[in-house]
Amino acid sequence: MTELLVGTKKGLFVLEGDPGTEKPFEVAARAFPGDSVEFAIRDPRSGRYFASVTSGHYGPRVMHTTDPGGDWEQATGLAFPEGDDWSLERIWSIRPGEADGLMYAGVAPAALFASTDGGLTWELNRAMWDQPTRSSWQPGAGGLCLHSIATWPGDPTRLAIGISAVGVWLSDDAGETWRHGNAGLVPHYVPEESRGDTIDLCVHNMHRAPLLPERLFMQFHGGVYRSDDAGETWNSIAEGLPSDFGFPMALDPADPDSAFVIPLVADTDRVTVEGRVRVFGTRDAGESWTSLSAGLPQEAAYLTILRQAFDREGEGPGMGLYFGATSGDVFGSGDGGASWFTARERLAPVSSVRVA
Amino acid sequence: MAIVKLRAPLKDLAGGNGEITIDGASVGEVLRALEREHPKITGWVLDEHGRVRRHVNVFVDGERVREDAPVAHDATLHVLPSISGGSR
Repeated sequence: MTELLVGTKKGLFVLEGDPGTEKPFEVAARAFPGDSVEFAIRDPRSGRYFASVTSGHYGPRVMHTTDPGGDWEQATGLAFPEGDDWSLERIWSIRPGEADGLMYAGVAPAALFASTDGGLTWELNRAMWDQPTRSSWQPGAGGLCLHSIATWPGDPTRLAIGISAVGVWLSDDAGETWRHGNAGLVPHYVPEESRGDTIDLCVHNMHRAPLLPERLFMQFHGGVYRSDDAGETWNSIAEGLPSDFGFPMALDPADPDSAFVIPLVADTDRVTVEGRVRVFGTRDAGESWTSLSAGLPQEAAYLTILRQAFDREGEGPGMGLYFGATSGDVFGSGDGGASWFTARERLAPVSSVRVA
Repeated sequence: MAIVKLRAPLKDLAGGNGEITIDGASVGEVLRALEREHPKITGWVLDEHGRVRRHVNVFVDGERVREDAPVAHDATLHVLPSISGGSR
């Protein structure tokens, strides 16, 4: 049985089903009706579920529970210091860290929070918050968001984070200090003469290959990249894709040469290319890409798949892949993308998909 | 002492209590005192700077006010979601 946590504009949907049957998943629970759930995840270490919930009236918060169909409690500490002229707008990402009880949350406006008690209480990472260039940071269309947090398996000191639109930041001391990791990224939306020193770099998604931690893959705002030196430098691997624009990304943890993206037309037209819903996968580190579309809508299907709305289950050829669209549709594959089925239709616009 | 009237979900965060008597000379003071008495409300009405959230309305004796408005000792405060916040 697969359990999906689907964050939508109108609450969290918990879907359950068996990808082997290729039948629609059941809605096992719905939480936070009426509120926007931007992200939800289950920490496999504690079994605790987390949801990033934003009320249109009462603001953003992280909620947690051990039973997503039951009562949820509010985590504490996710707020900016009084006196600073910033307010927490949205929690974009929550993920386990590489030490017992360690978790991270990325939020807008661009900040990193950490928890050492399994996500119950949180504390602002001051080194990132106090960056002297902060006042000049520019938001992407989705806001000034810290959305990607790439930990290093087994080593809690090494981190890479991605911010839209302030590029990649690297730390070798558990977030005590940060430096840029942007060499090779080409922001085509910036005049050529200004590209050399700009930090207006709109990272859309970034993942680390767990078996080869020096390797990272990135979906950029017009570009798909790979780094083989832990994020210090980046090389384009977009050739062979129908578009280099898109948001979500997934990797096969068993194959450090693998990456999966869902191309959209462009920043001016954020829908699936040619009205065809296609995942593209590489198994040779971006040298070539294969369209994975069997079972996905291929006619007049202009879907938008957002940044956090793509995830995988397991690894290898039998790896599950799941993504959701703002159309409210959720699609799944139980064979690494070779074939797809509709896991659920007509939910609210999907912001995030994670396998529990 | 002012009376603060709450509706769901704030009422639920206050332990199901929809009418709470609290002391304070201003709206901000009353709402901070409300947070101390019912910590689960912290962050829901006032943001981290002590400002009433943009899509929350506070009425004192029928007049819509912000956090710096004075509160008489026998005032009634209503804390309500604004119609503007429901569009997300």
